[in-house]
Parts: sequence; structure tokens; C-alpha cells
Amino acid sequence: MSLLELSGVTGGYGPVTVLRGIDLTVDEGEVVVVLGANGAGKTTTLRAITGEIATRGQVLLDGRPLARSPEKAARAGVGHVPQGRGTFGDLTTLENLQLGAINRRDGEVQRDIDRWFEVFPRLSERRDQAAGSMSGGEQQMLAIARAMMLRPRLLLLDEPSLGLAPLITRDLFARLGELNREEGLTILVVEQNANLALDIGHRGYVLETGEIVASGPSSQLRDDDAIRKAYLGF
Amino acid sequence: MDLFIRYILIGIGNGAVYAALALALVLIYRTTGLLNLAQGEMALFSAYLSWWFTTHGVPIGLAIAFSILLSMIGGAVIERVLIRPVTAPGKSHLNVLIVMLGMFLAINAISQLLFSTDAEPMPKPWPSVSSPGDPVGRSARLLDIGNTSISWAVGALALTLIGLCLFLYLLLQKTKLGLALRAVASNPASARMVGINTSAMLMVGWALAAGIGALAGSMVAADRGSVSPGLMTVVLVYAFAAAALGGFDSPVGAVVGGMIVAIAESLTIGYVDALSTIELVVPFALILLVLLVRPTGLFGRRVVERV
Repeated sequence: MSLLELSGVTGGYGPVTVLRGIDLTVDEGEVVVVLGANGAGKTTTLRAITGEIATRGQVLLDGRPLARSPEKAARAGVGHVPQGRGTFGDLTTLENLQLGAINRRDGEVQRDIDRWFEVFPRLSERRDQAAGSMSGGEQQMLAIARAMMLRPRLLLLDEPSLGLAPLITRDLFARLGELNREEGLTILVVEQNANLALDIGHRGYVLETGEIVASGPSSQLRDDDAIRKAYLGF
Repeated sequence: MDLFIRYILIGIGNGAVYAALALALVLIYRTTGLLNLAQGEMALFSAYLSWWFTTHGVPIGLAIAFSILLSMIGGAVIERVLIRPVTAPGKSHLNVLIVMLGMFLAINAISQLLFSTDAEPMPKPWPSVSSPGDPVGRSARLLDIGNTSISWAVGALALTLIGLCLFLYLLLQKTKLGLALRAVASNPASARMVGINTSAMLMVGWALAAGIGALAGSMVAADRGSVSPGLMTVVLVYAFAAAALGGFDSPVGAVVGGMIVAIAESLTIGYVDALSTIELVVPFALILLVLLVRPTGLFGRRVVERV
């Protein structure tokens, strides 16, 4: 059984339908990449998973319907790093991390905070600084660390490379790959930077105007001429 | 000089009340982006509620505590039943403005209907000296400085404000609930993403504001010695002035603003011998000046974010 399973998901914004029947699965321990041009419905797919928008069709986490609101999805173990990072700009780095764990009742929150400060030393240096005053790369690290504070079963990432320098982006994806390999973190990542994403992804889907037009292992997508031309640019 | 000190003291006493009500306004503004026009009338209802308890043999201190508790429940209910339906995303701000205006009128009318249309004597929760023909009495002296004295009223009001600030500071900065409230104020969408029940937080915000308003309303009634339907109208105007001066999103600004407005009011009454209500003008001239130089108020933050 897949950890996440979408079947026949349709939905959009008010009268505008963006998703036209999405079938998608993510297995435990997998990194799955969703590729697509602007407006293909990548971000909307993530929003459909967390219940931020109304949808029809089924969204199952562990075989059970996922509650249809972002706060309930978070409590069910879905961490979401939205486009534009969504950090709490006027709260400090430390407070942002604490908020990631706000519903946790175990006594290990402080240990996790220390751990993410170790993984991202830059965040540790900016521990008491307002998140809104940090650089884009630092905020992206913070957004990921905050989502990880939830101890998510599934991490949703929306265009993590957006607005970041190439070097920082590469570093970020290397970290994500490590998290997946070393801790078995399951990731569903939406990305325009297809090369980097396919590097760490096991499988991928290609979205076009709200429909999945291709899917398969990363290597296969990379070798497909049509996809390469359209999304990989070489 | 003694006279000057006395005016300052009167200002501090009034300032504590304006500041407390301004804090209630700031709390709601920060969590919802709304200016609660009915905050003053909600506080009036609460003040009448305190008075009502005292007429049933409840000591004034306990009466105020009961009123605060009930007002907090009332505040949460108002958010849930009246405010939330008109603040759904995509709805015009005008809708909620009209609901608040309606609440302003309705709560005042309901207060008169349920309690009294007249000025009712409000006992003081601090020592007072009563005299024949004056059942509630005047505030007793707390301590003397030279030829002037600080009355219990000023002392109690100032202490109440200090206690309130301390409570809010500890709540907002040192508890999980406070962190969640600040998260909702900072970024509602992200607050939901980390699993915060944002609608519950909005109710908590309104409950807190209503409780603070109840405290402010009861204290001002006790200070004046009576509660009457027009009690909070002017107080609300000054509280708005205080919040505008300090910055609508700043609790510190609300307190400083409240003090500045009240002291300016008191000094004007004392020293300016022009029109009889000239004191109403001075704080607003002050605000105009500050806002011309700093549009966000003295302590307000400009919303700047790096993307």
C-alpha cells in the first residue's frame, strides 16, 4: 500500500478547474517529483493533498482519507513547505521551529531543534533573528526545518529552488537527498528545476494542464526525448 | 508644581484605562486585521455586569472577576456567531464594518434593556472615603508626595495596567498558546500548515480582548463612581487615539499612546482656559502630528518582508 494515494482528484479555485483527474502515488521512503510548466497545476496538486482547496476524488494517507484542511493534514503528519517559504516573518528562527512542533506532546522538541540547528548551522547563527529579515536561502532552510519539526511522515515541497542561487539550490537538494537516504524521509517535490529534482527523485510525474501525461522512474523520464525537450531543456 | 503633578497623576489614572482598552483593540487588530468599533460598548456591558453582581451581594473585586470571565465567553461567541460569517475570505471589509456598527448600537441598547438606563452607583475595589449623600465615596489617599497625594484610584488603575501588561507579556511570549496566537497574527496560512487551529485562535483573541475590555470598563466605572450608558463612548475614542498614536499593531504602543493621550488631555483641562471641551482636540492634534511624521504610529512596524 502506498503512503499517499491520489485517485481521480479534480478541483480548482471557484469556477476554475485546474486539476482534471489526478492519479498519483508515493510509497514510503520514496522521493517523487512532479514536473510541469507554469500553470500546469503543480502547486494546486499539493494544495489538493492538504485540503487547502476543495476537491473531488480521493486523497488517502496510509489508506485512510486525509482530512480536508491544512491544519488536520499537518496533524496527520503531512509537512508542507509552500512556495515562497511561508515562514513567520516577524517571529524569530527559534520560534518558527517551535511552531513546527506546536502540536507535539513528546518531550523531544528541544532535541529536534538542536538537531536542525546542527544540520543547518546558518539557522543556529540566526536563532533570535526575525525570519523575515533573513536571506532567501536561509528562509528556505528554515521552512524545511520547520516542516521537519512536525516529524512528518510525508514532506511536500513546492518549488524549493525558486529564487535561490544555483549553488544554494544544489546544496539544498543534496541535503534533501541525504534526509531521504539516511532517515527514509518520504518526499513529494514539485519543481521547475527538473534536472536537480530528478537527481534525487526515484520516480516522477509530468503534469500538463491539470492532467498527468507521463510518469515513470526518473531515469526513464530523463531519457524520454519529448520530456527532455519540454522540461529539461537539453 | 504641585498642580502640575496632580494633573500628571490624573492623566496616568485615565491613561491606564485608555491603554487597557487600546490593548484590547490591538489584540484583535493583530490577530484579525479588524478594528473593533464595538469594543467600548462591549466593555460597557461588562461594566454593567460587574455592577449587577454587586447589587446581588457579590463583593466588587469578585464581581469584576465574574464579569471578566463571562465577557471572555461572550467575546468568543461574538467572534464565532457574528464576526466570522462576514469575514470569510473574499468578502468585503464593509460587511464586517456594518456588523460592528450594529453591535455598537445593539450592545448599548441591550445593556440599557437588561440593566439600567440610568447612572448606577459603582463601588470601588480599592479603599474609599464615603460621605453622607455620596454612597460610593471618593478614593482614599494612597500616599503623599510633598503637598500632593496619590489617590488609591490612580494607584489601583496604574497597578491594574502593569499587571495586565505583565500577564499579556507572559501569555504571548512564554506560552505555547501565545506563540500560536502570534503565529496566526504573523501568517495565517502558515499557521494552518503547522497544524494550528486558526479559528480557535481567533476566538481566543476575541475572548482576551473582551476580558481586557471588561476590566477596563469596570475600572473606569469604579473610578467615576457610576456606570451609565454613555460611559465608554469617549473612552473608546481616546483608546482609538491611543492605538493610532502608538501603532495599531503594537501593545507597547497602546500603553505609551494611552498615557500620552491622557496626560495631554489632563494638562489641557488644567492649563488651557479656552473652550470648555478643548481637551478633546489636543490629543488629536498630537496624533495628526505623529502620524504625519510616522504613519505607522510611534511603535508600529512597517510591513517589510524579504522575498
